[in-house]
Amino acid sequence: MCKRVALLALVAFACHREIRSIQPSAQDAARALPIRVSGLQPGPTQLGSSTALNNPYEGNAYAISQGQQLFNKYNCSGCHFHGGGGIGPPLMDEEWIYGSSPAQIYISIAEGRPNGMPSWGGHIPDYQIWQLVTYVRSVGGFEGKVATASRSEGMQAKRAEEPK
Amino acid sequence: MRIQSALDPAGPQAAHIAHLFWTFTWICVGVYVVTLLFVLVATIKGRRNAEPDLTKEHTLGIGVSAAAGVTVVILFVLLVASVATGSAVGTFGESDPRQLEVAVTGHQWWWEVKYPDALNPSATVTDANEIHIPIHTKVLLRIQTADVIHSLWIPNLHGKRDLIPGRVNKIWVEADQPGVFRAQCAEFCGLQHAHMALVVFAHTAEDFAQWKASASQGAVTPTTPSALRGQQVFLGAPCAKCHNIVGVDAYGTIGPDLTHLASRKTLGAGTLINNRGNLGGWISNAPALKPGVLMPPNAMSASELQDLLAYLETLK
Amino acid sequence: MSELTIEQPDFARERAMLEKTWGKNRGLLGWLSETGHKPIGLRYIVTAFVFFGLGGLEAALMRLQLSRPDNHLLNPDLYNQIFTVHGTTMMFLFAVPMMLGMGIYFVPLMVGTRNVPFPKLNAYGYFVYVVGGIFLYVMLFLGAAPDAGWFSYVPLSGPTFDPGKRADTWAQMITFTEFSGLIVAVEIVVCVFKQRAPGMSLNRIPLFVWSMVMVSFMVIFAMPAVMLDSTYLIFDRTFSMHFYNRAEGGDPIFFQHIFWFFGHPEVYIIFIPGLGFMSSIITAFTQRKIFGYTAIVCTLVTTAFMGFSVWVHHMFATGIPQLGSSFFTAASLMITVPTGVQIFCWIATIWTGRLRIATPMLFAFGFFITFIIGGLTGVQLGSVPIDWQVHDTFFVVAHLHYVLIGGAVFPLFGAFHFWFPKWTGRMYSEALGKLSFWLLLIGFNVTFFPMHILGLHGMPRRIYTYGAETGWGPLNALASMGAVLITLSILTMLINFAAHRRRGALAGPNPWNADTLEWSVSSPPPAYNFLHLPTVAGPNAVWDAAPDQPYVTGMRFDKRELLVTKTLDAEPDHKHEIPGHSLAPFLLTLTSTLGLIGSIFYGWWFTVGMIISAVVLVYWFWPNREEVREHLARDRGIVVAEEAR
Repeated sequence: MCKRVALLALVAFACHREIRSIQPSAQDAARALPIRVSGLQPGPTQLGSSTALNNPYEGNAYAISQGQQLFNKYNCSGCHFHGGGGIGPPLMDEEWIYGSSPAQIYISIAEGRPNGMPSWGGHIPDYQIWQLVTYVRSVGGFEGKVATASRSEGMQAKRAEEPK
Repeated sequence: MRIQSALDPAGPQAAHIAHLFWTFTWICVGVYVVTLLFVLVATIKGRRNAEPDLTKEHTLGIGVSAAAGVTVVILFVLLVASVATGSAVGTFGESDPRQLEVAVTGHQWWWEVKYPDALNPSATVTDANEIHIPIHTKVLLRIQTADVIHSLWIPNLHGKRDLIPGRVNKIWVEADQPGVFRAQCAEFCGLQHAHMALVVFAHTAEDFAQWKASASQGAVTPTTPSALRGQQVFLGAPCAKCHNIVGVDAYGTIGPDLTHLASRKTLGAGTLINNRGNLGGWISNAPALKPGVLMPPNAMSASELQDLLAYLETLK
Repeated sequence: MSELTIEQPDFARERAMLEKTWGKNRGLLGWLSETGHKPIGLRYIVTAFVFFGLGGLEAALMRLQLSRPDNHLLNPDLYNQIFTVHGTTMMFLFAVPMMLGMGIYFVPLMVGTRNVPFPKLNAYGYFVYVVGGIFLYVMLFLGAAPDAGWFSYVPLSGPTFDPGKRADTWAQMITFTEFSGLIVAVEIVVCVFKQRAPGMSLNRIPLFVWSMVMVSFMVIFAMPAVMLDSTYLIFDRTFSMHFYNRAEGGDPIFFQHIFWFFGHPEVYIIFIPGLGFMSSIITAFTQRKIFGYTAIVCTLVTTAFMGFSVWVHHMFATGIPQLGSSFFTAASLMITVPTGVQIFCWIATIWTGRLRIATPMLFAFGFFITFIIGGLTGVQLGSVPIDWQVHDTFFVVAHLHYVLIGGAVFPLFGAFHFWFPKWTGRMYSEALGKLSFWLLLIGFNVTFFPMHILGLHGMPRRIYTYGAETGWGPLNALASMGAVLITLSILTMLINFAAHRRRGALAGPNPWNADTLEWSVSSPPPAYNFLHLPTVAGPNAVWDAAPDQPYVTGMRFDKRELLVTKTLDAEPDHKHEIPGHSLAPFLLTLTSTLGLIGSIFYGWWFTVGMIISAVVLVYWFWPNREEVREHLARDRGIVVAEEAR
């Protein structure tokens, strides 16, 4: 019995990490229209109607890698660089101006944030936003090492050493 | 003539190789037949022997040595033929000044094709999944990859050459007759390795000049109301985020350039024939047709889709 | 000869003592602690055959998917996993372990010894192999099998383009199977060079044993290359290293060079034992000593050497400089010469022998018919320009199956029928044997011959589907139909074996009147192999034995003693006691598995696994009380009585 439970746990654990959703449904691809213009709120952040936002890809390796591709292709790296920040805030440190939960990052991407973060809702499908969320969280170290790529091809995630 | 076959050469290099292939093949067939004849005769003799015959060892020794000698000679002939062809095909075009250069970049899973213009960089033509070449001209393809290893293979014109990260490989091709040839990625490159084809058009010099002139133009301005509405759909919808159309506000570089989409033969790097129905299906749900592709499903109203298609069809 | 055997005493007491010393223990723990070379060899063979069946199922799925254009039975993700697991299974879990398992079973018998030199290590080799295979298949059923091909080229298998633990699974499975391969290779080399029966000088070693020796040397030189390659891949994927990252000074082509430095010899590792089977079968079925023994041994050695100098012909399309590629073309063409010479020698043997045709010999003819085609297309692939056209197309798929099925599987199935009486003591059904041969020959050619044409007409490898406009549909449908015949053939063979395993006609010790030492003992052979270790008077040990051929005495019956002989002439040197059954190999497998599999998820598991393994190794090497007593007694200068003398 114990063995069976352990096996099932293994199945569930491995499966979710390894699933590759290569055929997103039209529903996943729906484009949420932005609701809030600004994420700034008095007091603790309230997600409002968006509390039910669950990241379907939490811990999913394929979503992280797709998110990484999109991160570069949609030019997120233009401001956040490879996570270290520059024009936009860094994504690999402890500080999260607008929160680090998946729902909060989703809202940051979908609705935009003041001072430069564009609102992507409606421009790219929902599932891609979630892939970006998953990747961004992996850069921040929230996704666990098992699902995250150790390094990226062609570029290190940390600053290269200066030649002496 | 088959459009993707190493045995139907349409250029001097493929012809050289096909010739070498048939030379090898006929010699190999001869060797095979002779060897199996010996096996057959040996079997018949062996069946008839009442007792093993150990008296002929010397004769057998001579026979085996002779066979080994013949093998070495045949292999040497084949080696010489192979090296001769190899150097003829390999150094092809290296010293020829009349070259056309085309830059081909492999992406998972499509081909980006550029015709650089050294004198006037802004006149560089960008195309996707199709290569146009003039006949009787040695064309230098500079091939590189944006992600994993791919391999460019136009069987009717030449053998394959890999696209390797961090390197620019070169391969020369030449067509000696006008025609349309299919080419395909030949190095396993992931989920849609099967749908990474490209079409090569070999034109006469005049046709090529004509194509080049039209390809250098920006996109046609739509005239019909439907197409005009379609252009607004294109620019308003997410399309412009990823695709470029010269002449309008669409600068995306993630997907193929669509400036001359309507003149292409295929969609999705050889996944579908380019016609209105397929294009509509592709826009609505590309991942269903080519699972793993980056292009997302796009939900839009029927009238929007019709307008968009009307617009895209004008992009000759 | 028969009169003399009647005069001999029956040695019932000695037999019982030997049985007690070498026999197996009962129960599950007995099974797990077994270290005899025959049970382990049979386990390798059976396990590898199970993996052959699984690999065949994957092949059937692929043929089903490709049987018509635009088929959507398998999605690309699944298809990629299946073709990767098919290739990986057939190469690492079927072919190599099968051949090495045949070696582990027959080499000690053929050289006239009682067990392999390091029995516990041998048991460990088997267990790690099984664990590696199970690991791969568990991942397949979890939907996370490797999907970058059996060659796993970077960067497609690197951290960016292959998320998850798929490529790690591939790389770590390599570690498991290569452990096992290296262990068997060491066992065979030491066994052949130090444990041959007196009189079996180097020029009297059976050709099958020679082929296994050459294979073992190739394993020892080739397998470390792929372990290095796959371990670097794991380092890249798990520990952010940059061995293959172009931007940081690594190189993806480097991966290909190391891989094929292993990958091409791998082909010879698989089919040189097939050449050994051919020599055994042909000798037995022509009833004469093989023609050109020395030449064949030399060609085996040459093939093994040259096998390491042709790897670049797998990489001609990457853009290799002209001069370099010419060298590899020359080597690739010339490597056909040694194999050609062997084929000529066999033809000469058949020509002058008293040929008898039974199922094993039919399979040997199957080798001639199919393997030669594979060899000749190999010559074409060695030519740089032709390779540019057909590389990575179905032409290569056809070529490699002609070489591996023609060169290894046909002789292997011949060998199954040939040694079936030795394994079981019973005869198989000749009619079913012939049926399975003809089904295989026809099915194989129907499946794989059309692939040559498909490749030339532009069909690349590893595509999960193709459009109808390509015109590849009909030939693919034909190939898929041939696969049905292959399946029927293998089922016929299995039914034949299953039905006659216990109920076939009694075979006796030597039903074929064959020449090697395993035929001089009962079928199946006793646990101790030989009552008295034999001596050898010629290259065909059984045929050349004098009626009063002497045997070795002075070996103890109550201890596991081996006779160690000198390398060149096999003169007796000294006796050597080997360990008996032990649970340590199984325990070490568990702990090293924990370390190796754990490490691809969390690096620290490696450390944990290795520390526990060190504890198990202490148990492994812990001497038993008797050994300690004898050792201490010797130290004090007391000569221990040798009762058996």
